[in-house]
Amino acid sequence: MTDYPTESLAAHPPYLFPDYVATRLRAPSRPLVIIPQTLTEIAGPVFGQAHVRPGDSDLTRQHAGTPLGERIMVRGRVLDENSRPVPDTLIEIWQANAAGRYVHVVDRHDAPLDPNFTGAGRAVTDSDGWYEFVTIRPGCYPVPGLNNVWRPAHIHMSLFGPSFLTRLVTQMYFPGDPLFPYDPIFMSVPDERARMRMVSSLDMAMTRSEWALCYRFDIVLRGREASLFEEPHHD
Amino acid sequence: MTDARPEAEVITPSQTVGPFFAYCLTPQDYGGDPLCDGMIADEGAPGTRIRIEGAVYDGNGDPVPDAMVEAWQADAEGRFAGRDAAPSNARFRGIGRCESRQDGSFRFETVKPGSVPGPDGTPQAPHINLNVFAKGLLRHLFTRIYFADEPANAADPILGLVDPDLRYTLIARPAPDAPGLYRFDIRLQGKDETVFFEA
Repeated sequence: MTDYPTESLAAHPPYLFPDYVATRLRAPSRPLVIIPQTLTEIAGPVFGQAHVRPGDSDLTRQHAGTPLGERIMVRGRVLDENSRPVPDTLIEIWQANAAGRYVHVVDRHDAPLDPNFTGAGRAVTDSDGWYEFVTIRPGCYPVPGLNNVWRPAHIHMSLFGPSFLTRLVTQMYFPGDPLFPYDPIFMSVPDERARMRMVSSLDMAMTRSEWALCYRFDIVLRGREASLFEEPHHD
Repeated sequence: MTDARPEAEVITPSQTVGPFFAYCLTPQDYGGDPLCDGMIADEGAPGTRIRIEGAVYDGNGDPVPDAMVEAWQADAEGRFAGRDAAPSNARFRGIGRCESRQDGSFRFETVKPGSVPGPDGTPQAPHINLNVFAKGLLRHLFTRIYFADEPANAADPILGLVDPDLRYTLIARPAPDAPGLYRFDIRLQGKDETVFFEA
């Protein structure tokens, strides 16, 4: 049994990032205690097709009418750091509507709710790690209580992967957003290559003519190193 | 960053769960069907039935009203759901998920986990892994619950890596008047700060 390498964790943001004000009272002050990977960490919950209903991946068809805004497809693969596909893994997504307003009761942004859009979905990757959502391009919005701080448009994503250690909650951004350099959450990721992992790309080949643009977003989870006894992986 | 392993791809970085996750991840108040909830083991799952209640606090000692706590544990015989679950244990889910309330509180119902093998086959004391997500946590935090009335704690290989003066932050304590109820608070920062792990 090989471990999940810990080097790849360097892609993550630090806990304390003072520009993101909310980290100041919530980031732990002591260093993390490094522990070996035991069975508790190597195991993980199994969520698959049984946990997704038909239509869960199309956020534009969850109500009687069609939501306002720009319909898009979000499509990509879940892979591990060794480029192996991660099949049968659950993705949960949530987002603001086209006006930049969340359904959540705490969101008080002065922008309209859309009665035809909730903004929550689920999908499971296929045997090659592919997933696809249909949704509305979310609007950007101001962060409440702060002076002129705006979030770039983003879709929240939550994944389990094959083990407790592959758990990931992240955000997908859209290419070329001029708000990137002003967003402390995006900028909290120190490495440029890692930051760009969170930015989707326009996929014209998968765009459906006269219907919706497609954004490609691959998600790379931690992966165990290939063992000597394993067949090499070929795509 | 990956000089030692040029073949490995950069992983997708973590970002905060933010304050608005509930209608997707813990959607009970929105009429949604939750993926999982505070019930880690359904009634009838073999083992000693326990409840764990606690709250999440920030560096000022104020409750965190918008956190999500996920639990992951072995069943009473030390088996993990989905991995080597026996058919007799279909009532054991192994995974739990709670949104904290206004007072920072969360609550799980489960069975006390059994012993699980540790490094080099040494047994681990019964424990529950927790992941904590919240606005202001750019990356989730990983900690463990151990049980105060468990003699195996003394030899646990993971607890043994923790400063002896800080181990108390990982110990759930039985409530004096309520059989099966344990208290476990999560303090993100400051006095009595919980020990958090990386693996």
